[in-house]
Amino acid sequence: MDVESAKLIGMALAVGLGVIGPGIGIGIIAGKALEAIGRNPEVENTIRTNMLLGIAFAEALAIFSLIVAFIIKFV
Amino acid sequence: MEISLAAETVFKVGNFPITNSVLTTWVVMAVFLLLALLSRRVSLVPRQLQNVVEILVLWLYDLTRSIINNDKIARRIFPLMAVFFVFILVSSLSGLIPGAGSIGIFHVVDGHKTLIPLFRAPTSDLNTTFALAIISATVYTFLGVSTIGFIEYTKKFVRLSSPIDFFVGILEFISEFSKIISFGFRLFGNIFAGEVLISVVTFLVPYILPAPLYGFEIFVAFIQAFVFTVLSIVFTALAIQRHEAEHAEPVEHESQPDAATTLINQTNN
Repeated sequence: MDVESAKLIGMALAVGLGVIGPGIGIGIIAGKALEAIGRNPEVENTIRTNMLLGIAFAEALAIFSLIVAFIIKFV
Repeated sequence: MEISLAAETVFKVGNFPITNSVLTTWVVMAVFLLLALLSRRVSLVPRQLQNVVEILVLWLYDLTRSIINNDKIARRIFPLMAVFFVFILVSSLSGLIPGAGSIGIFHVVDGHKTLIPLFRAPTSDLNTTFALAIISATVYTFLGVSTIGFIEYTKKFVRLSSPIDFFVGILEFISEFSKIISFGFRLFGNIFAGEVLISVVTFLVPYILPAPLYGFEIFVAFIQAFVFTVLSIVFTALAIQRHEAEHAEPVEHESQPDAATTLINQTNN
């Protein structure tokens, strides 16, 4: 295997594996937030803000793996 | 399709390279300068633009005060936090303006002609985001030291009560640095990935798919500016807290939500 194809496989693996965890995490966050809104609809705004904050945190991990993939590909 | 992780040098002043993200930063700064000059004409009864700015400032101030719980410090850090929000928002959006990334000069690099764009979103350059992260970290560390005192502040990292606590202190010290790294990479990654996503999708499904993605990227720009600001405020709030208070506070709050959840559970059953 030459270096170029190894790089491509490495990039795909980095993104593909790195996105699994944040995907599960975002699902849990959104699911729990919806559950909370269903139980207590008056605080929907607060819950939505905090949900977005939590999702941004989980998403950041996926973004890290994406950056690693970019570095593998372009540097 | 050309994607470059680092910002490209457009021209050089002496030995100092001026990259396209620096050029865009100047444009963003010019926009703010214009707004600042306009602020000389504020009236007691707000009109149009002044209304928008006042809503933004009030919302940010309420946010800062609700997290910090200390009016004096909230007033001290509020200007910086507001600038973080506005600067990150405008510079992330500047990369979405048509022309940014596509208007440029052709240069010959390594024998073949490549387009070097004149404008690139400042937040899609790792230097800008790390600079912002380091500014934020310096400010909250400085505020923490000046509020609770140097010795009190180092007690967060040097804990001698038990061996486990000692390692917790070391981890806390390492996490101070990982905070900066995750700050910088989170912002850079989100904005840069968005731009790459749009340019890739434009080649795959032109005209149709990029439009909703543009909307999504505008949303991401807002969210990331908000996240950066809120995190800076939260870290400031943590830094000005005394070590003992950190443990004492959760106990106070615990009783109330517990009662509330049991009440909710009872009504549900």
